[in-house]
Amino acid sequence: MAKIIGGVTTSHIPAVGNAISQGLTQEHYWKRFFDGYKPVKAWLKENKPDVIIIVYNDHGLNFFLDKSPTFAIGCADKYHNADEGWGLKPAAPFTGDAEFSWHLAESLIEQEFDLCTCQEMLVDHGFVNPVRVLFDDHEVWPIKTIPLVVNTVQHPLPSAKRCFKLGVALKKAIESYPENLKVVVAGTGGLSHQLQGERAGIIDVDYDLACMESIINDPAWFYSQSNTEIMEKAGTEGIEGIMWLVMRGAMGDQVNCLHKHYHAPISNTGAGVLLLENADDSHS
Amino acid sequence: MVWKTHEYDKIAGTYVFDGQRAHGSYALNRLFYSFNEDICRKAFDANPESYCKNFGLDQKQTEMVVKQDFLGILRAGANIYYMAKFCIPRGLSIQDAGAAFQGISSEDFKGKLLKKRIGLEDRLEKEGGYWNG
Repeated sequence: MAKIIGGVTTSHIPAVGNAISQGLTQEHYWKRFFDGYKPVKAWLKENKPDVIIIVYNDHGLNFFLDKSPTFAIGCADKYHNADEGWGLKPAAPFTGDAEFSWHLAESLIEQEFDLCTCQEMLVDHGFVNPVRVLFDDHEVWPIKTIPLVVNTVQHPLPSAKRCFKLGVALKKAIESYPENLKVVVAGTGGLSHQLQGERAGIIDVDYDLACMESIINDPAWFYSQSNTEIMEKAGTEGIEGIMWLVMRGAMGDQVNCLHKHYHAPISNTGAGVLLLENADDSHS
Repeated sequence: MVWKTHEYDKIAGTYVFDGQRAHGSYALNRLFYSFNEDICRKAFDANPESYCKNFGLDQKQTEMVVKQDFLGILRAGANIYYMAKFCIPRGLSIQDAGAAFQGISSEDFKGKLLKKRIGLEDRLEKEGGYWNG
């Protein structure tokens, strides 16, 4: 059966992709941020997951505002990156796993998460940058990927609690797949940032750290907040943190934190990295 | 027929992108979305007014786009991620837009953000368990 061997969180800031492309990762501004991923990268190399499910929001590449699904899953064998309007070279195509995706879709819909199934899906920086930062750049990526999109752009958005419950359902879906796959779930985006309005530029370090501790030990603290409460603290774009709760819901009740890292600012954003494994799987 | 009010309307200096905003700015966001295609970016640059007209923007919206009035565009309902498709090809970052929203220079805007780095390692040390290099 498929098994979740770990949960990861990471920001997906566009500037991170630019820094990789321009070879700036060891410059002063970036070094501490990128170095903070090294233990996660080493763990991924050692544990060799077969599939990573990237939970992210599309920023206007695959979905325009004419059709805005609350939850959507890629159900294809290939996913392409494309120009998001910035004229950058697209990343190499990503390999999917259509059989696994359709199983997840069936199971999730049976569990009353009526998500949108996508046989074609362009993946934007929200998906691409987490993969790049965790696996480095490749022409042929060393892992299969499944995009799981959450609407954090056009309100009404799903609640934090709903995202957590999606994760709980995702765990059941993954663990009922008959192939022996090693799966990692990545919750991406956040942490605190607001790009728009006179309030642009807020970063709340205390709130970000509270969210990270909550993700590890007490997800109820995070998911009991309304989206308005989260936006008041984390900013309108910081609401992306609700996607970390999808990952957390997919983990067991008790987790071991193998790595945690926080850095600010990256562009306008507080950036957090977590690597979790289920407490039952602990070797220590 | 009324637009419902929301708790988040009270957050100062903030324009939550909800149905009301999305509805009023649909043409504007659709225009910015078109900039995913290089050919559309070039067509806009060749004749901005005519491009705006083709996308159904009204006179006021067209003027704001042509003048790059970021706060005006935001208040007209544009979504920030779609605005980025407008700013970045013009050599402006989302931080330049942030500075424009506040009426300060980009240097000052970035400077305020960089202050978040001061004392960060000590703060994390106090918290405990964080990788600190």
